[in-house]
Amino acid sequence: METNLTETLKLAAEAATNQTASAAQAAGGGLESILLTLAYLVASALFIMSLHGLSSQETSRKGNLYGIIGMAIAVGATATASSIDLYTVMAAALAIGAVIGAFMAARVAMTAMPELVALLHSFVGAAAVLVGYASYLDPQMQADHGGTVFLIEVFVDVFIGAITFTGSVLAFLKLKGSVSGKPLLLPGRHFLNLAMLVGSIYLGVMYVQAGGMEGLDQLLIMTGIACVLGYHLVAAIGGADMPVVVSMLNSYSGWTAAAAGFMLGNDLLIITGALVGSSGAILSYIMCRAMNRSIASVIFGGFGTGGGEAPPPKPADGASPGEVQEIDVDGLLDEMLAAKSIIIVPGYGMAVARAQHAVNDLTKTLRDRGIKVRFGIHPVAGRLPGHMNVLLAEANVPYDIVLEMEEINEDFPETDVCLVIGANDIVNPSALDDASSPIYGMPVLEVWKGSRTVIFKRSRRTGYAGIDNPLFYHERSRMLFGDAKDSMEAIAGALRNR
Amino acid sequence: MKIGIPKESGAGEKRVAATPDSVQKLIKMGFSVQIETGAGALANYLDAAYAEAGAEIVSGDVAWGESDIVLKVVEPSLAEVERLKEGAHLISYLWPGINKDLVEKLGARKLTTIAMDKIPRITRAQKMDALSSMSNISGYRAVIEAANEFGSFFTGQITAAGKVPPAKVLIIGAGVAGLAAIGAARGLGAIVRAFDVREATRDQVTSLGAEFLQVEIEESGDGGGGYAKVMSEEFIKAEMDLFHEQAKEVDIVITTALIPGRPAPKLWEKRAVEAMKPGSVVVDLAAAAGGNCEVCEPGAVVEHNGVKIIGYTDLPSRMANVASKLYSQNLVHLLKDMTKGGKEEYAIDLDDEVVRGAIVHQDGELIWPPPKKEPPKEAPKPEAKPEPTPEPAPTPEPVAEASEPEASGGFSLSAFIGLALAGLWLYFRFGYAGEMDAGGVFLQQLTVFMLAIFVGWQVVWSVTAALHTPLMSVTNAISGIIIVGGMLQAKGDIGSPSAILAAIAILLATINIAGGFLVTQRMLKMFRK
Repeated sequence: METNLTETLKLAAEAATNQTASAAQAAGGGLESILLTLAYLVASALFIMSLHGLSSQETSRKGNLYGIIGMAIAVGATATASSIDLYTVMAAALAIGAVIGAFMAARVAMTAMPELVALLHSFVGAAAVLVGYASYLDPQMQADHGGTVFLIEVFVDVFIGAITFTGSVLAFLKLKGSVSGKPLLLPGRHFLNLAMLVGSIYLGVMYVQAGGMEGLDQLLIMTGIACVLGYHLVAAIGGADMPVVVSMLNSYSGWTAAAAGFMLGNDLLIITGALVGSSGAILSYIMCRAMNRSIASVIFGGFGTGGGEAPPPKPADGASPGEVQEIDVDGLLDEMLAAKSIIIVPGYGMAVARAQHAVNDLTKTLRDRGIKVRFGIHPVAGRLPGHMNVLLAEANVPYDIVLEMEEINEDFPETDVCLVIGANDIVNPSALDDASSPIYGMPVLEVWKGSRTVIFKRSRRTGYAGIDNPLFYHERSRMLFGDAKDSMEAIAGALRNR
Repeated sequence: MKIGIPKESGAGEKRVAATPDSVQKLIKMGFSVQIETGAGALANYLDAAYAEAGAEIVSGDVAWGESDIVLKVVEPSLAEVERLKEGAHLISYLWPGINKDLVEKLGARKLTTIAMDKIPRITRAQKMDALSSMSNISGYRAVIEAANEFGSFFTGQITAAGKVPPAKVLIIGAGVAGLAAIGAARGLGAIVRAFDVREATRDQVTSLGAEFLQVEIEESGDGGGGYAKVMSEEFIKAEMDLFHEQAKEVDIVITTALIPGRPAPKLWEKRAVEAMKPGSVVVDLAAAAGGNCEVCEPGAVVEHNGVKIIGYTDLPSRMANVASKLYSQNLVHLLKDMTKGGKEEYAIDLDDEVVRGAIVHQDGELIWPPPKKEPPKEAPKPEAKPEPTPEPAPTPEPVAEASEPEASGGFSLSAFIGLALAGLWLYFRFGYAGEMDAGGVFLQQLTVFMLAIFVGWQVVWSVTAALHTPLMSVTNAISGIIIVGGMLQAKGDIGSPSAILAAIAILLATINIAGGFLVTQRMLKMFRK
């Protein structure tokens, strides 16, 4: 695999070098152009190495560093381009942006990572729209690049950028809780989307026919439509599908950057955009696999394949399959102390309750007593791919005891106690055995195979998918109602006194 | 089919190849069992118990000469081979790689023989793996023998008369025996350290509560099949220095290092023994293969500079009761496998990977070693995962399995696509010798774009799931590269619409770049082992 990768990199490098020559030629052979393209080539290579560095925790920090260096080279080199003359404006924008960005990065709570990521996506979208307009309104660009291809590229760039922008803003608001996470299911919404798409294409044709800067009106109207489309696409997607939405928007933001690259004739943007775009696409794919959903059913919203009318929680007409059995802190403590192996399965509820530090406390105390404690992470736990890993890392849980679903699923039968903290659908046995369940076929953590499963839950409500969970009524399951953080702290406290 | 269990004849050998419990199981599978009088006596299994389980108690000659299948622990002596009836089957330890004479003799008697020591080390055959069963016992017993010779507590104690520090135990080689020794020593309360050249054993060692020692040199020591390979000289030197340092501190050393087909590596040098405190104990589990300790004497306890070196080679036999129990279970599992779960007649099925690996002779013909079609590598994933649930889910393959073929099998195709794209690009580049029109430029960009997607696809698949959030924030940051577009527009009249838009774009993109990279750094710093 390594060799193949290197070969690929070489190919890319070769292509880019040739590109350098051609770019130089096209620009009339200016030395500046060659130097700029060279810098871009180095930056692209560094970005690729940056993503490659994330393949393991050991190399990940170096990966981030490569990304930073690549970006510094790209920005620094661009700043030397002779066509730029508004240095004050540029420097001011850079400085203010850097301060705001640094502030946000330093202040964000790890539980709020999904919101931050969504917000950052919206900035890429907005920037792409602005760059699109700026290029369009720049007489020199029109003169140099002009023509149908350029106009189409501007149009596409603005279109994707606008969708990314409003979609991400809405995703941000949904994740933040300012907007309800419930899917908005307008009647005939597929038709609406289609109409908006067709309308945009129609406007595009008119706009190209207008030529030059005459098509500004059409471009503006299309931007409005794309904004509505982006909003509507995300509005139709439910809360539990958020990991897919966020990774999809990640992908869109990449394609936006690539579209801008086409527009500006800039290979660095094309390459980077393609990298980000495919990264987001892969993440979306992984998330969809983890939920046994097709990409299409997520993109077009609603839950389930049956037209998206989410099945309401089972009516309380006595059809409830059984009684839940509760357990108290003392009882749980006895069982945990008698256990040899404990697996903790965290879900979004842990993030909401900010219980990760309390969980780590408990884990440490248990491990000090020689009890084997591990974590089982479902790919779609949380609201962002890898969200749980970040939260646990923040709380100082060593990453080698945090395992993925495939790594740990076989171990549940030999596990004495499983703690399910704020997770629901990802531990639902009906995904495996109830063909009528909306989540049937989704791989889940098989916690019910352990000798004892304790579920920490705030209330008796169903999960995001709105379906009942037979795990709660399982004979070996016990419930511990209450805020996850409070319960964890109570247990850790009581444990220390034993 | 008649199974015969003769009494073991080796000096000091107390084990037996069947217990009353296993006899019962064999009979349930349709065999009849005859056992030599007193065969199990040394392992505390009495004739009466065997008789009650349904076995026939017979003389040695009958057990040897009138059985279709003879089950044994230690390889038979040449004289014993004579006692077998022609064409009989023998299942026992055989060590066909070493015992050339025996192998020849067995062949001459037209026997069919299966070597318990050659059961392939694959997941399915674990329950038949007698070597593992015996190693487990050896590891445990090594600790007990050490404790016996050691003049102090294993666990630390604070008594009214004063404090006794806990014993420090060093285990070299974290295989089955090593891990069993770690468990036993921890159970007695000692502080345990372990060393193994295979990094993969680290988790197993730490999960048992021992500290994993390592050499500062990076080199993988995995030699396949659960064994280690021979290491480089440089590594061995560093290793020896580490041991020498440890020798000054530890009270008990248990060495378990074996490399298949070679004499045991000399890991515990004389100088290490001499560096140890008087009263310390070394248990050398590799004594039978020449010993890991330079001053070890196989089969005996020797004292060197006040340090006792235990070289017993019969540790499993010293726990004959449990050793017989486990060994006889291994045999039952093997026979169950050969009778397809007890449903069919006992038969040799050479398509069965386990049987093919362990069989030495078929009707006198030597067919060992088995042909190497595929390296008998451990394949735990597919073996251990034969469907956790009986329900056939519509798309049951978990993500990892789906992505792996993508990453490995798809590569030649991927490479082809990559080449094709590069070729396409070259065509566009040089095919248009003269001026390039807008369409040509576009196509050229398109190829760059496809090429980059393809690189991104390959790189991102290798990202570990735990780092997906940092991956998103890093891609977030680098998609801020759109800043370049803004910067290139920062020109002309400061009040022109395009300059104003560009300035805002730069601002937004910078937020992205700074925010994305910094938050990634913050996250990555938190990941610790």
